[in-house]
Amino acid sequence: MTQNNNLAPPDNRTVLTLPAVPPQPSPAPTPAPPTAPTPHRRTAFAEGIDRLRTAATTEPGRLRAIGAVLAALVIAFGAVTAWQTTSRATAADDVLHSSQPLSSDAADIYRSLADANTMASSGYLAGLQETTATRTRYEADIRTAAAKLVTAAANSDPDSPSAATITKLNELLPRYKGLVESARANNRQGFPVGGAYLRTANDTMQNQMLPAAEDLYQKENERLRSDYADATPYPWAAMALGVVALAALAWAQRRNYRRTNRVLNHGLVAATTATFIVLAWLLTGHTLARAGLNGSYAHGVRSLNVLHDARIASLKARSDENLTLVSRGAETKTLKDGTVMDAYDWAYDQEIDKLAKTLTSAGALADDSAGRKPVQVANQSMKVWKSRHELARQANDSGDYQKARDRVIGTSAEAQSTGECFDNVDTSLASALTHETSEFKQAAGDGLGAMTGLPEGSAALAVLGAAGALLGIGRRLSEYR
Amino acid sequence: MRARRPRSVQAGLRGWGGVGAMAALCVLALAFVLLLPRTQPHSAPDKAPDKATTGSGGTALATQAKADNCKDDNAQDQSLAPSTAGGPTVSAIRSRGYLSVGVDQNSYNWGYRNPNNSSGELEGFDIDLAHRIAKDILGDADKIQFRAIPTNERIPAIRSGRVDMVVRTMTITCDRLKQVAFSAPYFLTGQQVLAPKTSAITGYDKTLAGKRVCSATGSTAYDHLSADKRDGTLPASTDITTTVPNQLDCLVRLQLGEVDAVVTDGALAASQAAQDPTVELKGGTFTKEYYGVAMKLGADDLVRQVNRTLENYRKDGAWKQSYDKWLSATLGDGSGSATPPAANYR
Repeated sequence: MTQNNNLAPPDNRTVLTLPAVPPQPSPAPTPAPPTAPTPHRRTAFAEGIDRLRTAATTEPGRLRAIGAVLAALVIAFGAVTAWQTTSRATAADDVLHSSQPLSSDAADIYRSLADANTMASSGYLAGLQETTATRTRYEADIRTAAAKLVTAAANSDPDSPSAATITKLNELLPRYKGLVESARANNRQGFPVGGAYLRTANDTMQNQMLPAAEDLYQKENERLRSDYADATPYPWAAMALGVVALAALAWAQRRNYRRTNRVLNHGLVAATTATFIVLAWLLTGHTLARAGLNGSYAHGVRSLNVLHDARIASLKARSDENLTLVSRGAETKTLKDGTVMDAYDWAYDQEIDKLAKTLTSAGALADDSAGRKPVQVANQSMKVWKSRHELARQANDSGDYQKARDRVIGTSAEAQSTGECFDNVDTSLASALTHETSEFKQAAGDGLGAMTGLPEGSAALAVLGAAGALLGIGRRLSEYR
Repeated sequence: MRARRPRSVQAGLRGWGGVGAMAALCVLALAFVLLLPRTQPHSAPDKAPDKATTGSGGTALATQAKADNCKDDNAQDQSLAPSTAGGPTVSAIRSRGYLSVGVDQNSYNWGYRNPNNSSGELEGFDIDLAHRIAKDILGDADKIQFRAIPTNERIPAIRSGRVDMVVRTMTITCDRLKQVAFSAPYFLTGQQVLAPKTSAITGYDKTLAGKRVCSATGSTAYDHLSADKRDGTLPASTDITTTVPNQLDCLVRLQLGEVDAVVTDGALAASQAAQDPTVELKGGTFTKEYYGVAMKLGADDLVRQVNRTLENYRKDGAWKQSYDKWLSATLGDGSGSATPPAANYR
């Protein structure tokens, strides 16, 4: 190797004059005469082809052509690698720093709204005993929703469907708040129309705002999925070009060996090494990034989605439970079999079933004990909730309204209220969400890290490789001067 | 039970020329006959076809008779004469120890739960009456279990036996008489228009032209509105498309400015007006409707018992007291509602 290094400089010096080689098509002015005999002028393209053809008949001409093709291949390989890895790295960066946070913001809007509705109904039901905690949480939810709507608006294209959804939510939010305040004011005066206001508010929330928020959440999730789709596919074009470049370099060296009996051409060896390094780096870097991103999707995003769904279901179940006692039979629903149920009691059943289902899938998706534990706690609390709800329902059905109310919003330990269970479900789900978010960030960050420097590195190495190829060929070419 | 019978019979003879006693005897006789396996199932109908309401054969006959006689303007006069003679239904209630009553919890001043009432008791005109009925049957006005039932669950709740009776602003109609038994009427009302005080609407008339009118889904009010719009009694430009699950939702719509007027029972319209000083009843009632206590078909002893309570309730001034407490502020003392309707029995 040291010998090689010592030998290299003179080579370099000779070839340094060579950069005249790259303008390949032109270097064949000498064999131009054959075209002259033609009396009429032919197209420039045809003339060029003819020139090349004659050039290819001489060894220097062939060598020039080979050098040009090798350099072009290596450069193309580097460029495509840089381009494909850049687009993947950008997409991966978007996953980590843009689309996932936006998806999580949309989930926060959705959750804050559902939470505000739950707090409003709890506060209403408690009436004069409404706690500061409920009130504060309600206000905080509204503020969070409003603030995150601003972020979401800033990140959506003005004419996109998301922007329309955000506008709709922005219009409905003050209306909703007005209805809740009217409900509260009327209730304080002892007017049952307060209950009607709260039902209208709940209707606005559950039938207009939450579907809109869910829509926004789905759209952000689609964006997230499409970023994933952009970040993870194999860079086939770069890989294929890499293989072709390596094959061409190998062929050129073999040709060289056959004609000169020299084993090593330093320039070509350097080009091969550089190309090989870029290809290996591309393969390992991308595979690692892909593994990290896929892991962040499988363990992070999917868990997060299911946990968000579970949280929303628990919030909806809770507000329906409250509203059963607020509406006091004002709205009913006729089931398919003809039985008539309280509309909110029915809705509660739907949501708690959904909660049970999502908790089961969240448990299945959780991949470590830290993720499984809060889900298990939530699941247990949900079961207790269901059994306590049954007692509250019995009390309500038998006309013992006070007892039913205590069983739903009672704060003392002996009240054994469903509110306690709801709180447990909510806090466990919140901690599960925190855990999965950090898992996501870890895995996606690792994935993004695996691609660090790949675009720049591959570009630089490709330039070196191309230079090597030209030097190598130039060394041979100089033997004909 | 046995101990009470003689006294009751005497009282009935004194007050009612034996009508009550005879009726009670008829029921007892029929019950006895029906207990025997299929012996002369139609022995009683000759004597008292309308009163034979126990058992399937009897019910069918009675329903037939009611449907034949019933016109909507005399539906309130189809109840049975009062009596405290008792019977299987009343004794079942007594042995259970409490009366189960289906009520509304959202009708201000009729049956509602006042959030500022620390005991959480229900209050209102209907609730007062229910307490009085419990007192007369069980001797204690508080031996009562209130069950909140939605409007469209009133009849199923009675028929399935979930409640003994429904005291819940329930209008006596011929259709309903086929499914449940009613007491004598305890309140006279009618459909009425409610609108903001500043509104140009004067009542159920041409002033509703171009106005948006709210009513509850499937309510009598909506039936009237759509029929009257079809036959031209109401201006064609009146918009009656806003229907809501509960009449109280109409007040919300009115306050939000989404509708211009509400049509509902005058009694319920008054309860809405009581919750908002800026709205008032416009014009008089444009229909006549009587509220009655609904009970299970065939529970004749209970119907008679309730009718006796109503008699006394009117006579001793308790009805008026309750009216003054809950309703006179919005319904006034001059309206047709301010005095208890007269009871006519079959």
